[in-house]
Amino acid sequence: MKFIDEYQNSELAKKLAQRIAGLSVRSIRLMEFCGGHTHAIMRYGIRQLLPETIEMKSGPGCPVCVTAIGDLDKAIALSHSPGVIITTFGDMMRVPGSYSSLQQARAEGANIRIVYSTMDALEIAKASPEKSVIFIGIGFETTAPTIAASIVKAEKEGIENFYVLSFLKLTPPVIKALLGLGEVKLDGIIGPGHVCVITGSHPYEFIPEKYGVAYVISGFEPLDILLSINKLVEQLETDRPRVEIAYRRGVKPEGNRKALELMNQVFEIDSADWRGIGIVPQSGLKINKEYQHFDANNAFSGLLRSACNDRPAREPKGCRCGDVVRGAATPPECKLFRTACTPEKPVGPCMVSSEGACSAYYQYGFL
Amino acid sequence: MCLAVPVKVVSIEGDEAETEIGGVRRRVSVALTPEVKVGDYVLLHTGYAIGVVDEVEAKETLKLFEEIINLSEVH
Repeated sequence: MKFIDEYQNSELAKKLAQRIAGLSVRSIRLMEFCGGHTHAIMRYGIRQLLPETIEMKSGPGCPVCVTAIGDLDKAIALSHSPGVIITTFGDMMRVPGSYSSLQQARAEGANIRIVYSTMDALEIAKASPEKSVIFIGIGFETTAPTIAASIVKAEKEGIENFYVLSFLKLTPPVIKALLGLGEVKLDGIIGPGHVCVITGSHPYEFIPEKYGVAYVISGFEPLDILLSINKLVEQLETDRPRVEIAYRRGVKPEGNRKALELMNQVFEIDSADWRGIGIVPQSGLKINKEYQHFDANNAFSGLLRSACNDRPAREPKGCRCGDVVRGAATPPECKLFRTACTPEKPVGPCMVSSEGACSAYYQYGFL
Repeated sequence: MCLAVPVKVVSIEGDEAETEIGGVRRRVSVALTPEVKVGDYVLLHTGYAIGVVDEVEAKETLKLFEEIINLSEVH
């Protein structure tokens, strides 16, 4: 077993879809939280396999997309600071900030390196002891423990020129915020499988309990997604919304204890600013006091403050990324989609990121 | 960002492991999965193993697909 091909069988997929069609009587609206699911659903044509009773909405599970533009502006401002090397995941490079982008900053001479892992950023810090190496910490619970591990490693190895600018975000509070908002009425949610590898299923129990919404944690292959939709339909047809794990080869109810321990060791919970949603209480992670010497917000606080005061953040005109991440608009409902905004010349992050809904609709077409 | 792929662990040295997928080898951190053993598959995310793939559960899920489909064919 390779744990990939086995879950891609198209014959089984068609049969599973038929089973769902046979089962689904009520009209329901489901949201796939994770942008990875959005892309898989579009790539494998899963929406086309589903009956008309099932409406699918894309959610906010794209870390690049939900990074507030003001936060991106901070990263860009830091990149122009002398003696700084910015390290970042590649998706962030082309996202337009209020006035520039990391890519543009690099063209103007800023020292910005794309890394695959925080371990690469640590290596850069070790190789350039005279520079301040700042990692732009975007991501959800999947990525947070890897960043925590890099900070613990930096502490252990005495790497003093490594910093993290944390924009890390937590998924349960934002799901709560969206359900509380009630803007898009949902019957069920396809839960983000790789987030839940870390968190487990327990933090999501409030979803059926408080909101009566079904929640099934899903893997990322087409059969995984169809199995999850099948479970959601079963739950809703029998009026028994609950938390279920359909990705059992990866997700345990208790999550990854070691990863959660590391997160608790390095971070504390704070509010976070989400593009399109705003400030959500207790939905972010900041570096705690014990590790504050690795916190770029701390070490470069003066510079960050003046950068924000000098030029206030402003959203790109006409861009509906903020609505798209809430599921309140589909990409084709944005006037800029495929006209002014394309992967070559993106206006908003949802077109840039490999998890963005606009990018998925652009690449794989849309209904 | 939350992309993770299953890769096979070939050898382990401290908190790092040599992994293999489709003939490509890569050194990854296993700091988040201290329980990992040689021969296990791990979910690789940004250079870190974030979880060990549960082979028994993986097979159960494959069986479940068949069961669900058989169920609908009986009806």
